Amino acid sequence: MAGEMATTSIPWLTLAVFTPIFFGMLLLLVGRDDRANFTRWLALCGAVVAFLVTIPLYVNFDPSTANMQFVENVLWIAAFPVYYHLGIDGISMWFVLLTAFITVIVVVAGWQVITYRVAQYMAAFLIMSGLMIGVFSALDGLLFYVFFEATLIPMYLIIGIWGGPNRVYAAFKFFLYTLLGSLLTLIAFIYLWSISGTFDILAWHQLRIGYEAQILIFLALLAAFAVKVPMWPVHTWLPDAHPEAPTGGSVVLAAIMLKLGAYGFLRFSLPITPDAAHALSGFMITLSLIAVIYIGLVALVQKDMKKLVAYSSIAHMGFVTLGFFIFNTAGLEGGIVQMVSHGFVSGAMFLCIGVLYDRMHTHEISDFGGVINKMPRYATFFVLFSMANAGLPATSGFVGEFMVILGAVQFNFWVGLLAATALVLGASYSLWMTKRVIFGAVANERVAALTDINSREFAILAAMAIMVLYMGIHPKPFTDVMHVSVQALLDHVAISKL
Amino acid sequence: MMMNQYNFALALPEIFLLIASMAILVIDAFSKSPRRTLAYALSIVTLIILMGMTFAQWFVQMQGESFYGLYVVDDLSHLLKFASYIAVLATLIYGREYIQSRDMLRGGEFYVLVLLALLGQMVMISAGNFLSIYLGLELMSLALYALVAIRRDQVQATEAAMKYFVLGALASGFLLYGISMIYGATGQLDLGAVADVLSAGQVPMMPLVFGLVFIVSGLAFKLGLVPFHMWVPDVYQGAPTAVTLVLAAAPKLAAFAITLRLLVEGLGALTVDWQQMLMILAVLSLAIGNLTAIMQTNLKRMLAYSTIAHMGFVVLGLASGSATDQAAQASAYGSALFYVVTYVLTTLGTFGVMLLLSRDGFECENIDDLKGLNRHNPLLAGALMFLMFSLAGIPPFLGFYSKLVILQAVLQADHLWIAIYAVMMSLIGAFYYLRVVKVMYFDEPVHSYNTGHVPTSQTSVLMFNVGLVLVFSIVPSGLITFCIQTIARSL
Repeated sequence: MAGEMATTSIPWLTLAVFTPIFFGMLLLLVGRDDRANFTRWLALCGAVVAFLVTIPLYVNFDPSTANMQFVENVLWIAAFPVYYHLGIDGISMWFVLLTAFITVIVVVAGWQVITYRVAQYMAAFLIMSGLMIGVFSALDGLLFYVFFEATLIPMYLIIGIWGGPNRVYAAFKFFLYTLLGSLLTLIAFIYLWSISGTFDILAWHQLRIGYEAQILIFLALLAAFAVKVPMWPVHTWLPDAHPEAPTGGSVVLAAIMLKLGAYGFLRFSLPITPDAAHALSGFMITLSLIAVIYIGLVALVQKDMKKLVAYSSIAHMGFVTLGFFIFNTAGLEGGIVQMVSHGFVSGAMFLCIGVLYDRMHTHEISDFGGVINKMPRYATFFVLFSMANAGLPATSGFVGEFMVILGAVQFNFWVGLLAATALVLGASYSLWMTKRVIFGAVANERVAALTDINSREFAILAAMAIMVLYMGIHPKPFTDVMHVSVQALLDHVAISKL
Repeated sequence: MMMNQYNFALALPEIFLLIASMAILVIDAFSKSPRRTLAYALSIVTLIILMGMTFAQWFVQMQGESFYGLYVVDDLSHLLKFASYIAVLATLIYGREYIQSRDMLRGGEFYVLVLLALLGQMVMISAGNFLSIYLGLELMSLALYALVAIRRDQVQATEAAMKYFVLGALASGFLLYGISMIYGATGQLDLGAVADVLSAGQVPMMPLVFGLVFIVSGLAFKLGLVPFHMWVPDVYQGAPTAVTLVLAAAPKLAAFAITLRLLVEGLGALTVDWQQMLMILAVLSLAIGNLTAIMQTNLKRMLAYSTIAHMGFVVLGLASGSATDQAAQASAYGSALFYVVTYVLTTLGTFGVMLLLSRDGFECENIDDLKGLNRHNPLLAGALMFLMFSLAGIPPFLGFYSKLVILQAVLQADHLWIAIYAVMMSLIGAFYYLRVVKVMYFDEPVHSYNTGHVPTSQTSVLMFNVGLVLVFSIVPSGLITFCIQTIARSL
């Protein structure tokens, strides 16, 4: 598949990875609770700088090639050897930018809410941001694994320290569940290394592997990526983690961390084991459809807003995996668009829930009602993001779902039909929640005492809203960048490696 | 090789250490200071001089045998000795306040005993003969028995010392019995000569295999492998924390050295036989160590069970060396060496934090004693968190790379299911390490930590220790390659 381009002079990817990590470390050193404001501004400064250094990745990106760009390749561990090998293509580029963008939002979102151990909170998000960018840009299997696993540590601490009443259980479940999956992946990586003598992902793409070995490798990789996505039936950690996590944790979890798993399918499962992917596509499609329909129904009956959005995330990610395993351009591109869009939409939904939680310290749906009467500006955003979550045209949610359904119909009419029911289910749970929370009469005196969003909250929600609408109305810039890479991936997957 | 049968230059570090420890014993007898500052300072100076000596020997590539093969110096011995000095040095510095506040300094014998144990370890590391292995082992063990019992008025410590002594003597007996069997079969005590006789064939298998079983059992006792692990948790818990660290760090390096010398250098012809035994021990140790550690509430006991599991990993590396392919063999044994060295480095830091937290009247011993540590002392909490994640083998920390190299060796030896099993066991292991992090970070403090005076020297050494772990976490390459090359040059 993809080759490599010449190394760039300025190591933009290294900067993208290590700028936030550097600022995170700096915060740990100098940040203190008795000068919390300085700490917050430093964190914001770090997040903004970290976002700015990812801009050249978009500006200088060449969408006409499927080759890896901004490549950096340095020997890291000589004994294997493992390389510090970074590079991005049209598939990974958006996720680097998305991660850096969401980190800025999260830092601002935690501004007044987090009052104790501010430096550690901000540092955890900044470090995690760098690690996740590392996952998206690693071209060495072991380097990828190191970044992939390392993201667990800050998230474990975020849930455990700043989380809700049941945070310890949630943090442990999150950590051990995802660790279980990825350890099997480690075995698969070492196995791939032992038959190829390298950890280079691009070399693994070209590696010829027998059918049975492919199936085993695919399943071992699936263990990690399916847990992370999460796919039914290994999704149960997510609805436990979300309600306990602080708002920022939920945003990062939904917006980016889930994408690590889906990205793994694109970078590893499909190109390394194409025959196994084809052979097991029926299985994968079935799991995806169960996620879309069954989890959609589960979302409908949730009493907790965060759980509802968590289940809707699983359903939406079901769309992503469905798109990947029908092996056509519309499906694959739709899946990637859906990943980016879900990053904005689910992130925004959790921010909205966080706004209410900061005021009333609950996310039970039944505690609310008639919020629009007290918070009209907030209600506007809430309704917009709910619509996007339901996949309404002109929002980003529509583009990805529509493309995946289109691809699914091309693949098989019945699969397409079942996938399309998601639009109905998505509309049902999103709009029903909106109706119960936002509209109607003011439910109780606590709702009556609500104040509308301040300028800080307005700014972050508006930023998210702009992205959601822009992507919905004019998705072409997003798909243009990924088009060549997606086509190259599909061509590669179509060729048997037996 | 036999150019000089009495090459004293080779054994200079041991000779110097022997003289120095005797001198400290005598000088201390005239000291009236209750703090025993002189004995402490002299011990530190001795260790620093030893470091210089071994480093100089290493630097000029001094190698060879002396005393008719009783004593061997090679790259492996330089590396392990140097690591032992660092371990003992850190132990003494971390334990300084601890032993003083617990009245363990009636005389300066604590320091002399630690140095004598170190001498025993150095003899073990440089042993080229069954007899010198046994002598070194006994010298180390006797010093350690006495150290465990150094708080003689404390029931727990006395009981631990008793247990350690009885089981340790039994293990030494096993080892000696096995050695006598091998001697009976081959007629040789020198490791190289035994290897020559074995590879020539013509040796009756029966006494050999018997002897091998006893030797492996004796080594398993010393390494603390299941089912010979019973003493580990009791001794770790019962001994004063400073002594636990003396037991937990440097002796692991020496035990690893004699395992390598006995099994690989001496009994290399029986590789297939002892690898099967080690594999069983490793599998059991991983399971019992990790599963039992989950249930512990005492931090020292938990670390004891975790040690058992870690030693299981080390032995897994030894059991995966190819019997035929030299390069693959060096890479497998080198992985085990890397594991043991990094494990000792991490353990030093872990106990260092416990020793620094233990103040007058407060023993940092139970996991709950760490509750809310992040509030009180974010620096120590952060350090311990890094070390816990490293022990759990979570990337990007050092412990991950040591597990990785072992797994790579295991897969190279075509033991796919063992690798999967080891990985699953380390998942279980992650749970109890995470619990320590949870207690420090998620829980509220239940007691006020005595913010007594912690000397900056201790804190800075601890930070250096943790810093070293972090540096190796970012650039593990050099150390891995170095360990593999050391093994390749020494075998």
